[in-house]
Amino acid sequence: MSALRYVYAVCRPLDAPLQAELTGIGGAPPALLHHHGLVAVVSTVPEADFDEQGLRARLEDLDWLSATARAHQGVIAALSTVTTPLPLRLATVFRDDSGIRAMIESREDDFRRALDRLEGRVEWGVKVFVESEPAEPAAAQAAKPASGRDYLRSRRRHSEAHEERWQQAESFARSLHERLSLHSEDFRMHPAQNSALSGASGQNVLNAAYLVPRSGCEEFVELVDRTKDETPGIRVELTGPWAAYSFSGEEA
Amino acid sequence: MTVVERREIALVDLLDRLLAGGVVITGDLTLRIADVDLVRIDLNALISSVNETVPSPFEELL
Repeated sequence: MSALRYVYAVCRPLDAPLQAELTGIGGAPPALLHHHGLVAVVSTVPEADFDEQGLRARLEDLDWLSATARAHQGVIAALSTVTTPLPLRLATVFRDDSGIRAMIESREDDFRRALDRLEGRVEWGVKVFVESEPAEPAAAQAAKPASGRDYLRSRRRHSEAHEERWQQAESFARSLHERLSLHSEDFRMHPAQNSALSGASGQNVLNAAYLVPRSGCEEFVELVDRTKDETPGIRVELTGPWAAYSFSGEEA
Repeated sequence: MTVVERREIALVDLLDRLLAGGVVITGDLTLRIADVDLVRIDLNALISSVNETVPSPFEELL
């Protein structure tokens, strides 16, 4: 079966070896490919899964996508314990190591700049949700509107309450974001998550990533923790620390 | 912080980062799969596998 080389990340030479039992996609052990003072972290993957046609089909398979994404993240997380990696987009593959060396040569200045910028920093994810509307009081539901005008009035009250909730959530999210921006070096806004995908209750109104120096993490996490009970009906979720995925893009 | 680190990472949070973040490099084979295509394929797949009856909420984004 033909094979391809999958690249997880680029980093500087490691001071400590990767854990021996570490496995990447499909259970293959990741290897370090040194070139021009940089290191590409790579493993071998089946061509059938990662050539253009194969990948299109595989991405429709949630179990495969999930296993692949988790294996990619597993390698990045292991790297993060020994260095500051520059993670690559999911499913970056090459025919052989000489292709990877050529890629490093063509991008080495960008890589060095990005690695310098991210050195010693991690990413935290912060999400804000508006909890689902509380059920209307039973009395209000039971009472039949006496007239069309009563009905419209009750509808309006309901929609005003809904509107108020959203405004409150948006202003909470804005103020939280301002505070977190002051305690981070950079931020990225991800699109709001759909609850059908996340399985989370409530509506997602903020889905942000913050770049924080390791030395500032404790303070950042405490800051988020303190806001959690600030406003009833609003939920704050913190994820991380992540490798700086959201800050490794083109503008890096 | 220990509590946070021990919790299993949600797939959506991971995909926010792996499909929209990370350095974009033109590999040998993903060349013709543009970023947008990759994300579109993925979201369609996710939505259909999460729940066949949920209408796509991403229509307006694409």
